[in-house]
Parts: sequence; C-alpha cells; structure tokens
Amino acid sequence: MRRRIALLPLLAACLTAALGLSAQAAEDRPWNEIVAAGKGQTVYWNAWGGDERINAYIAWVGERVWDDYGIMVRHVKLADTADAVSRVLAERAGGKTDGGSIDLIWINGENFATMKENSLLYGPFTEALPNFQLVDFEDKPSTLVDFTVAADGLEAPWGMAKLNFIYDSARVAETPGSIPALLDWAKARPGRFTYPTPPDFIGTTFLKQVLTELAPDAAFLQQPVADDAQVEQVARPLWEFLDALHPHLWRGGKIFPASGPAQRQLLDDGEVDIALSFYPSEASSAIANALLPETARTFVLDRGTIGNTHFVAIPFNANATEGALVVANFLMGAEAQARKQNPDVWGDDTVLAMAKLDDAGRALFDNLPSGLATLAPEDLGPTLLEPHPSWMTRIEAEWQRRYAR
Amino acid sequence: MTRRDLLAYLPGLTLLLFLAPVAAGLIGTWLPAFGYFPALEGHAFTLAPWAVLLNHPGLGESLRLTLLSGLLATLVSFLLTIFFLAACHGSRMILAIRGLMAPLLAVPHAAMALGLAFLIAPSGWLVRLVSPWATGWDLPPDVATLQDPNGLALTLGLIMKELPFLLLMTLAALEHSRADERLAIARSLGYGPVMAWMKTVLPAIYRQIRLPIYAVLAYSLSVVDMALILAPLSPPPLAVQVLRWFNDPDLTMRFVAAAGAVLQLLVVVAAIGLWRLAEIIAARLGRIWIAGGRRGGKGRVLHLLIATAIQLLVALAAAGLLAMAIWSVTRRWRYPDALPSALTTDVWARQGHDLIWTTGTTLISGLAAAFIALALVLGCLENEQRRGLSTSTRALWLLYAPLLVPQVAFLFGSQVLSIQIGIDGTWIALVWSHLLFVLPYVFLSLADPYRALDERYSRTALCLGANPNRVFWRVKLPMLLRPILFATAVGFAVSVTQYLPTLFAGGGRFVTLTTEAVSLSAGGDRRVMGVFAFLQAALPLAAFAAALALPKHLARRRVLREQRA
Repeated sequence: MRRRIALLPLLAACLTAALGLSAQAAEDRPWNEIVAAGKGQTVYWNAWGGDERINAYIAWVGERVWDDYGIMVRHVKLADTADAVSRVLAERAGGKTDGGSIDLIWINGENFATMKENSLLYGPFTEALPNFQLVDFEDKPSTLVDFTVAADGLEAPWGMAKLNFIYDSARVAETPGSIPALLDWAKARPGRFTYPTPPDFIGTTFLKQVLTELAPDAAFLQQPVADDAQVEQVARPLWEFLDALHPHLWRGGKIFPASGPAQRQLLDDGEVDIALSFYPSEASSAIANALLPETARTFVLDRGTIGNTHFVAIPFNANATEGALVVANFLMGAEAQARKQNPDVWGDDTVLAMAKLDDAGRALFDNLPSGLATLAPEDLGPTLLEPHPSWMTRIEAEWQRRYAR
Repeated sequence: MTRRDLLAYLPGLTLLLFLAPVAAGLIGTWLPAFGYFPALEGHAFTLAPWAVLLNHPGLGESLRLTLLSGLLATLVSFLLTIFFLAACHGSRMILAIRGLMAPLLAVPHAAMALGLAFLIAPSGWLVRLVSPWATGWDLPPDVATLQDPNGLALTLGLIMKELPFLLLMTLAALEHSRADERLAIARSLGYGPVMAWMKTVLPAIYRQIRLPIYAVLAYSLSVVDMALILAPLSPPPLAVQVLRWFNDPDLTMRFVAAAGAVLQLLVVVAAIGLWRLAEIIAARLGRIWIAGGRRGGKGRVLHLLIATAIQLLVALAAAGLLAMAIWSVTRRWRYPDALPSALTTDVWARQGHDLIWTTGTTLISGLAAAFIALALVLGCLENEQRRGLSTSTRALWLLYAPLLVPQVAFLFGSQVLSIQIGIDGTWIALVWSHLLFVLPYVFLSLADPYRALDERYSRTALCLGANPNRVFWRVKLPMLLRPILFATAVGFAVSVTQYLPTLFAGGGRFVTLTTEAVSLSAGGDRRVMGVFAFLQAALPLAAFAAALALPKHLARRRVLREQRA
C-alpha cells in the first residue's frame, strides 16, 4: 500500500542478502493439538481500525473464540497496516525472534509481499486449517494469488473486496459507466468528485482502475515491471487522464480526502457526489448505520472494476501462534463469513464456495438481508485483476512526484 | 545508604532517567540516517539516505508547510500573549482569562483539533448554523478551510493550544518581575499603560519566557497528531512525512525516515536560531525605541482587538469540544442541519468494552507518570533546599531538552533501544516515555510555589525539634497541597495528550484515548470520534477539577473536625 523509491543498489543488495534469514517451517501438527495448545492464549490481532463496523465485527470474533476456544483476542487498531510490518521488523532488529508483540495481521498486497520477501511470516500454515478446504479457489483465484504474488500458504483468505462507487440518488441521476465517461462527468460537475489520497489503499485502487482500463495492453500489468520505458508507455494514459481530471476535482485537485471512509463522510456532508468503496455492500451498511442517506446507491463500471482478496497472516515471531491459527480458521468458517457478509454488520463478501458448505452453512448465507443499496452479484460486473506490486510502487511514487508537491 | 544520601542522588537519577532515552534515541536515529543499521544489513556509512530524502518530490512543500505553520503559530501566540498582558495588566480580564487557560491547556491536542476541524470545515458547524437561510448554500462551498494548502487550519489549531501555555508561563514570570512597581514609575513619567508595559516589563521578563517560547516553537514545528487532522496530506508537514517513512512497508525507507528525523531536528534548531537572531535584532532596536522616550500608548483599540481575539479563540475551543460532545450522542446530523436530527446513546454502548480498556490504559499511564514525576520533582526540590543549592539556567535547559527536541527525531531510536533491553511494548516503556514529557511540566508547575514557600515555617518546625523529613511531610507538603495537586493534574494532562510516544513505546499494544481519537479521525465517523474526543478532554479536565476541589474538601473536613473537638 505504499510507495517504494529505489535506494542505492547497495542497500537493495543488502536487503536481498537478508532473504531467508529465518527458515520457514510448514505447520504440520494435527488440528486438535493446535486447538489444545491455543486454549488460554491471548492473540494480539493487528488490524486496520479506521471503520467502526469492522471493529465491532472483530470484537464479535473475540467473543466467539473466547466462548468456543478459550482464546482472548485483543484488537490492536492500526492507522495503516504498514505499522505492523514496521513493528515486526523493529522486533527482528532487536533480536526478538519469539514472544513478538503481534500474533495476527490483517494484510494483503504490498505489505504481504514485503513480509514474505523478508521472511517475516510464519508458515505455510493454511493447509493445517480445516476451514481452508471450504474456500472457493476455482472462481476466486485471488484467494491463492495476492496481487500476483503467490500466497504460498503464508496467509489465510478472509474476505473479497471489489471497487465500487457510492452516490446519492437524490442528487445524482446519471452515473458514468467507464473511466473516460467519469472525466466527462467530472467536467460537467466541477468540484463534486475526488478520490482518497494515495497511498491510501482505496486511492491507490482508483489509480489501478484507471491504469488497467486505459492501458494499451493491460496484460503487462500482471508481470513485474520490465524497465522504465515500459512504465512510461503503459502509464502514459493514466497521467494524461489525471492531468485532465484534477482541475475539476473537489478543492481543484489540490487536496484529497484521507481515506475511503473520510470520503464517504464528504458524500454524506454533501461536499462531493461520489465516494469510493471496496465492499460491495458498504452503501447498504452505511445506510443501516445512519452514515449515509437512504437514497445512497452503488454503481460499478461496465468493463469491470479491480477486485482482490484480503487475508490474515501470522508473524514469524508470534507469541500465540496456535491461538492465531485457531482465530484464522474461525474467520474462514461459515458462521464468521456469513456474519461478515451481512450488510447490517459489515458487508464484506465471503471467500467460501457455497457448493463446499453443508446445508446449515449455506442456510446462513441464504438468510442474509440483501441491503437497500447493494448490487446483485450478477450486476457487480467483471473483476479486474490487481497489477503486480512493482507497478504500483512506480505509480505511487510518480503520483507523489506529480501531484503532491 | 541513608535516606539523606538517597535524596542527594535523586537529581542525578532524574536527569539520567529522562535524558538517557533522548540521547540514546538521537544516536539510534542518527546512525541509520547515515546508513548504519545492522538489522537491515546497513553496515557501512553512506549518504545515500540523504540523497533520497533531498530528492523526494514533496520535500520542499513539506518544509514550507512545517516552517509556515510552526513559525506563524509561535509568533502569533507570542504576540497575542504580550499584547494581551500589556493591554490588560491589572484588569479583572486577566484573572478571568487565566481561569480559562488552565482547562484549555489541559485539553489534548487531538481533541482540540477534532473539534476545530468540525467547526471550520465547509460543511462544518459554523456554516451549518447560517446555511442555507443566510448563505444560500444548499451544498457546502468548495473552499479549503480545512487541510488548506498553506496549513492555516493547523496554525489556528496550534495557536489555540500554545497560547494558554505561553500565557500561563508569562503570568508566572510576571510574578517575580515587580511589574507593578515598574509600571507605576513608568506611568508617573507619562507613559501610557501599554507603552509602559512594553518598555519596562517585557524586557525584564523576556529572559524567563524564552525557554517556553522555544518549546512552543519546537512543538509547533514537529507536531504530528494535530497535523494529521488539520494539515494537508499530500504532501504533509515534515514530521508526518517522516512518520510515514518510518511506517513504510519498504524497509529500506527506514534509512530515509531516519535522515528525515535528523532533518526535522535541524529544522527546529534552525528555527530556534532564527528566533534568537530576531531577539537580538529586536533587542537592539528596542533599546533605541525605549531610549527614544516616546510617550503615549494608551492602547484602547489594542485592548479591544486583543481581548476579542482571545475571547474568540476560547469560544472556538469551547464550541469545538461542545460539538464533539453532541456528536457522541448523535445518530444523524446532516448538512445543513444546525443540530442533530436524531440522537442516540448507541455509540457509547457499542464502544463500551473498548472504552473501558482505553480509558483504563489512559488513566493508569497518566497517573503513574504523573505520580512518578511528582515524587522525583519533590525529591529534587527538597534536595535543593536542604543543600541550599540554586538551579542554574543550564540545569533548566537540560530539563527542557525533551521539549526542545522533536519527538520524531529520537523516538525511533529509543524504540530500538527499548527492544534491545527487552522492555518494549511494556508498561515500563510506556510510562517512561510519557515521563520524559510529564516531568518537565510538573517541575515547571511546582518549582516556583515550592521555592516561594516562606522558609520561616520550616525553620520554626526545625527549632521545635522536628527532623527535616518530618518537616517535609508535616509542614511543607500540607502547606503546598494545592500547587502539588495542580502540578499532578498538569502531569496527568500532559500524559493523556501524548500521541507519538504512546505509538512508539507502547508497541501498538497500548491504546489510549489519544491514539484512538487520532486513528479514528481517518475513519470519518464523527459520532465515534465524538466519544473519544469528549472523553479525552474530559479526563484531564476532571483531574484539574479534582485538584481544585480536593484541598477545599480537606480544609472543610479539618474545620469540621476541629469544631467537633
């Protein structure tokens, strides 16, 4: 989720040399042994804490695993997931190879890539979790490949995200169906559109959306960046688009909202007409929580929007590894997944395959309210794949260079 | 070792306790800034991090924002302070404002910033109160009154927090300056009240408020929590940018962050140097001005202007806190409604579990830091009196060190250190990191009343056969109960307000009302922010109220007991 500016080759080489410092061992204990060892542990779960509904859901998880497994979950609320990566690093720097302060991290994308690359993760462990077998690998390939980086069992899938747009149907009649149409829309309604400031992950996702939709050949984006000339060529339409768009944005494109939820607040305040979201049922959920008017609705783009999976991972030096494994497994269970998908609770789509669930599990999902402003799955449009992290590193740095000065 | 000896070691121990982490932290930050950080395989010294830092595209803008908001906030706070005191010397207004400043000083920066943000936003309370009936704005205007490109919202927020500190410090300095005599003479020579104050009192007290001004300058130039709420984000002020680099998932950015932290220190040093230079110039010109002997300076207009400005600032702060309190019980409050359309206590109920933990952590760390600081400060002051020592200006500089060194410039280094000695993420590390900032304030609040206590009381007690310890416990402490409680409340308030130290030393495991309020500020749900901002402000205010009420209560009980006897 953050820019990465190439330091001198010396440092890069040194970092590469640090690879494989801690040997990774696969988790192969039988499940009941793990559950027994986990009982009584306290799991410090580091998860982004910027959304009250998600925090409430995590609190519910804590109550449930306390009742079922005698595990205490403490939610360490992060302003940015990178803080946790930073922390694990600082601990390794201090020689703390066990008894670390983080047991479980909500993670994906660049943070995962960094932790994996630097051997800061425990596992592979997902094969040891019974509920991992219920995951829909076939139709949701991003549960195994995180932003083109193989998960390799080092992170357990938790939820599906897909970029969508929220608007207030009381103020807006027509919504754009593509990125070029968005530019015309913004020109017609100056000051009424914006996006969260990169490196906020929703802001970055908007850049990915534009990049993917406008790139002459989006297939390049699935490979690591080859050279500067390639970036220059593939990203040129993105910069041309943003250069044209920014003068028509909220505050003239001079300042940007801090995060997705902050922009949702701006939508509710009437400062902008569109908010960006990563949860297809965020609008319904926000209406239920009196954070958006009843007239809020959702739209997506005709050619599809960026989607990905978010995961939980365990640091190499976790203090309560077994407890963290039990929590990760619980999160992938039908009960936790169905509750998470409920728009009254959070509205985050499940990673599970309905066909792999038993009847009781399926019933939990069938009984979910659909939500006032949620699009039906068939209306959500195609899912566009996340580009390789090396692209976004370049793009974010270039965004900073162009617009944040 | 006798108790007396123990006391003699206390000042040294105190200095060590709170200078060692700063010094070690600075070194632990400077080494990575020049490429040395073995954990990241940085074994050779190099200037590479500086090259990346100086080539960072937003750096110039970050620096401009930092300098503009920091210098402007300090200058305005300083000018408001001296003009207010000059124009209102001896009036009842001073007493009234002084009574208001202590609670303002107690309110944490983050709570103040959240309140201000909601007031001044284009869709905020001020616009809501007059829209659309007076303004015609059915939709909020597209004007950057918040997170504006020049950092003026941040500057305003800083002034609201720094003015009370400077005012109280200057009032304290005035008490020893024989200002009334100076003014009487000047007035008898025909100078107007403001002119007399500026020409005879200010030169006498400036030396004493110099350090507080530098502290304000250093703080304003490196503030993080307020900046996260009020300043623009792309690019942000330097301190926020440095924090981002420290948190970058690309670990090599840690070197750049360290270089940025050093740059932050240099910025503060340069700004203090600049201020010092301005002092010298102002002193030269001032001497000519004073010697010129121009009379006049009744300052009626000034009186009106300054009093209005200060009252406005107080009103803004109070309205912001009120808005946060209202938000905490709001279900729905849309633009342009002047008040919520639906109320609820749901948010409080839903946060219940979290609130207990968070408030508990805030209370424990605050009380622990305040009481440890109190014990150390009392020990140092008592030692000073028993040995007939007097603190030199140099010692005072040492005391101010943690307030003059920007937090981001040493906290990362101290974090690595605390991991190495195995205390990171523990209560020890948390309370210790708070102590660095609590101790100076407790000392500043208590030193004057302690030294001012009439020596004859203890001499009489000694003559009556009490030993020095008994004199300390039975005579000095009871007589100084009020300032002691006040200093404790100040210490507690300072601990509650700490954001970066909690983040770095607490290892993310310790969530206080402040860290929670700041992290929620990015989330956009004002109702939850309201709960945390309200509580965050309420705790220190309650501490101050208790500090004021307790001595009265005890006195009343004593009177009752005596009557019964």
